[in-house]
Amino acid sequence: MAEDTPRTRRRVLMAAPLAGAAVLGVGFWKMLGGMEQGSFDPHNINAPVLNRPVPDFVLPDQAPGRGFSASDLRELRTPVIVNFFASWCIPCIAEMPALIGLGRQVPVWGIAYKDKPANAAGFLAHAGNPYARIAADGDGLAALDWGISGVPETFVIGPGGIIRWHNAAPLNDDLIHGTILPLVERLTS
Amino acid sequence: MSLMLTEKMGGPELGNFALALACCLAGAQAILPLIGAQRRDARLMALAPALAVGQLVALAASFLCLVGAAVSDDFSVQNVADNSAVAKPLLYKITGVWGNHEGSVLLWALILGLCGAAVAAFGRNLPSALRARVIAVLGGVSAGFQLFCLLTSNPFQRIWPAPMDGQGMNPLLQDPGLAFHPPILYTGYVGFAVPFAFAIAALIEGRVDAAWGRWVRPWAVAAWCFLTCGIALGSWWSYYVLGWGGYWFWDPVENASLIPWLTGTALVHSAIVVEKREALKIWTVLLAIGTFSFSLSGTFLVRSGILNSVHAFANDPARGIFILALLALVIGGSLALFAVRAPMLTAGGLFAPVSREGLLVLNNILLCSICAVVVTGTMYPPFMSLLFGKTISVGKPFFDATAAPLAIPLFAFMAIGPMAPWKRAALWPVLRRLWWAAIASLIAFAVATFSMSGVLPVLATGFAVWVIAASITDITDRIGLFRLSPAQSLSRARFLPRAAFGAALAHAGAGISVLGLAAMSQAQHRIVEVQTGTTEHLAGYDWTLRDVHDEPGPNYQAIVATIDVRRHGHLVTTLRPSKRDFASQHQTTTEVSIHTNLMSDLYGVLGDRHGSGAAATYVLRLHYNPLAPWMWLGALVMAIGGALSLSDRRVRVGAPRRARTTVAEAA
Amino acid sequence: MTRKSRRLWLVCACVLGLGAAAGLTLNAFSSNIVFFMAPSQVRAHPPGADRTIRLGGMVVAGSVTRTHEGETPIAQFDVTDGQAAVRVRYAGILPDLFREGQSVVAVGTVGPNGAFTASEVLAKHDETYMPKEVAEALRASGKWDPKYGKAPDAASWDTMTVKDARHDLAAARGPKDGQAE
Repeated sequence: MAEDTPRTRRRVLMAAPLAGAAVLGVGFWKMLGGMEQGSFDPHNINAPVLNRPVPDFVLPDQAPGRGFSASDLRELRTPVIVNFFASWCIPCIAEMPALIGLGRQVPVWGIAYKDKPANAAGFLAHAGNPYARIAADGDGLAALDWGISGVPETFVIGPGGIIRWHNAAPLNDDLIHGTILPLVERLTS
Repeated sequence: MSLMLTEKMGGPELGNFALALACCLAGAQAILPLIGAQRRDARLMALAPALAVGQLVALAASFLCLVGAAVSDDFSVQNVADNSAVAKPLLYKITGVWGNHEGSVLLWALILGLCGAAVAAFGRNLPSALRARVIAVLGGVSAGFQLFCLLTSNPFQRIWPAPMDGQGMNPLLQDPGLAFHPPILYTGYVGFAVPFAFAIAALIEGRVDAAWGRWVRPWAVAAWCFLTCGIALGSWWSYYVLGWGGYWFWDPVENASLIPWLTGTALVHSAIVVEKREALKIWTVLLAIGTFSFSLSGTFLVRSGILNSVHAFANDPARGIFILALLALVIGGSLALFAVRAPMLTAGGLFAPVSREGLLVLNNILLCSICAVVVTGTMYPPFMSLLFGKTISVGKPFFDATAAPLAIPLFAFMAIGPMAPWKRAALWPVLRRLWWAAIASLIAFAVATFSMSGVLPVLATGFAVWVIAASITDITDRIGLFRLSPAQSLSRARFLPRAAFGAALAHAGAGISVLGLAAMSQAQHRIVEVQTGTTEHLAGYDWTLRDVHDEPGPNYQAIVATIDVRRHGHLVTTLRPSKRDFASQHQTTTEVSIHTNLMSDLYGVLGDRHGSGAAATYVLRLHYNPLAPWMWLGALVMAIGGALSLSDRRVRVGAPRRARTTVAEAA
Repeated sequence: MTRKSRRLWLVCACVLGLGAAAGLTLNAFSSNIVFFMAPSQVRAHPPGADRTIRLGGMVVAGSVTRTHEGETPIAQFDVTDGQAAVRVRYAGILPDLFREGQSVVAVGTVGPNGAFTASEVLAKHDETYMPKEVAEALRASGKWDPKYGKAPDAASWDTMTVKDARHDLAAARGPKDGQAE
């Protein structure tokens, strides 16, 4: 500053606390925004799964759909949703209507977690089937590699088989319209 | 009687209405007196105390309605259904009101209303314009928080249909220590709103003088006492409930209370300089703003879920946005006002670097450096995560390595401060008066060097003794004990201002706490897995697991261990740690058993059972914690010291006439 | 003492105090920051043996073994992030909330053989979490009533039959589903 009189120096000094608080405030605002979108979660200890390729797995068919493997996901050029479910899981039934709605807009691939094939098929016959492809993970080993802690859990897989989003709770319309669909939109373009 | 009445009238709706009414009154309280003070309209200014009291009455009614709903098991109220149950003891029905987010925000607002009413009641001798402005600022902050309560965390929300019973309360929270912890802690936090309001009012007026310093200090001291007690109580709770043998975990929730305590301590000291010497005025105003800002942002950021804490609150980013907007308004607004008005405040009196003022400045610099370190350590992880996507954590080793070395010089100079004269001092005469304190601390150093491991604990022990001995010297010197006859000493003691006793006591309390902390760094523990009948040795005691048996509780199943602790063959105590399994809540809690003789704690925890029958083994954790109770006793002594200086005649009689001091200064 | 020299003293003291704080902070950051690592990161870039880290992931089901060394109880278990697993060794009492298949954070160091020695194990488990729909379904089925305390935990949902669950849901959300279909 050309005019560095004690007076202006004093003014700058007195404005410093405001500037400091403003920087912190902007940071907090960004964090809160990130928490709403799910991109910033200080509590999530599984965050490293994000933005990584899907783990290796090959899973057999689950009636009435066709099974799939990690390479199927990696070959994709458009985003898909991967959803872990089980016939014995009540929240899975609860999220089914939302998932069916989502399946009309984005392909949803399902993995039946620790389930008897007959039970899973029966479940889909009654509760509705939102899945384009369905694989059976009878012993739950593939799920372990995905790092899931229970069912239902949902992943958004971007082109090239990269995990872009992860949610460990039943889906609802808010999540679908507020988070998943905008994210899929971005990944598609 | 009144509870029955509210129930009949639909208590929750009445409470909601009272809250809304309080919010409107607070809004009026924020605006009208401010206009009045600007226009010098006595009638508008006179509205301030009335509105403050009215707001308090409405808030109290609202709070009573919520307590009434909880006591009468009105499960149609969401908050009660989520946090209470028919079978819950009455005490916890009441204290459970503030054991959750919504209720605690209402309690927060109630205490803020109480502060406003207190200023209205005790501030009769303040200049009317200053009083009107202080109450108006408090009203503005109140209105913001009541709006927050009404819009995003309404405790009176109904649910339909009402469940038959509530969901109960986390068994971990059903504890008398935790029940009374929040009101005390919140009083500490919220109490700093009064110095904050004084600072804003002074900035609006553009005048800070000795009289202002004298008016602000009692409020700051009162809030500081509560905050000190609140922090100590929280630490004690985690010591005896969590069963980890620790007392302070540098968790964000704990840091959120420590940060305002550090700046608040600095404020209490810098306000003395304003009062006596009219120096450090701008700095004191900034501290007053900063302390309340830290109180607010710390507690509320923890709730928005940004800071990762062991203590979980329900996180709601939408709530977070509201909080952030409110914080931006309160903190940003006050700092903007500071940036505009502070350069116009005139600089104060001069003093030499070695003088009472100089030492108080040093105290402020060191306290603020510690505060800066704690803030950095607390905020670093979320900012790293935001900017670089790295997940890191900053824990005890970081804070030990940074805060402790800064605290050592603080304690070294703390002893000298109260004995140094104002304006200009020579170090040597002061040190000569402290000769026996120096000898005592040297002995402590020597003893600690031989009995303790680590450099920091040894230094801390030596300086803690130094501070305690110096506080005693200060008082004995002033009353001329050993120099004069006992009768003369007694009469001198009677006329010595209580503030002097208070300061000495508070300093000694800090020393006692630090002694406890230093000794606790030498705590010993063992984790063993043993069968019944086995004897373990720890810290010179023989711990025998005599028996383990099942014991049914009212809503849990407990396993209780009986551990006999002997020293040289004599039974010292029998510890009965237990583990409670709350089947209905799928939760296990660990009940620690502690035996204390004030010099050390014997602390036993029961872990898992492996195997069954006679061959079953039990995991035990045994701790020997030397001087553990001193940490909290010291805090209590500090708070008593603060309270004593509040009862000083000069505070009670009231503030000096302002005009006279300023005219004298100008002349 | 002039105003100017007083200011000089003040500035010196402030610089000294804050400088010491900054120095200590930087020094502590270089050695005392605890990085959070997932098992796969530990496998890819093992940290030095003197470096404390926080290892986070899920406890692999069936991997927990308990042994003793003398009288000290030792627990060992695998922690996985889905990409790799790390064996954790811990001498002490596992927290009350520690369970197989749950999230866990272990604080400790990685030894030369790749095994992780924990000085502290923290379990995070939100037992109060219960999706609203589930609560509704459970309540409607008579499996759970607020009268009888807290809702059952996820483990007991397994034992419900599909028929039960479907019936529960129809009862709980009946009219809404009808509209949707």
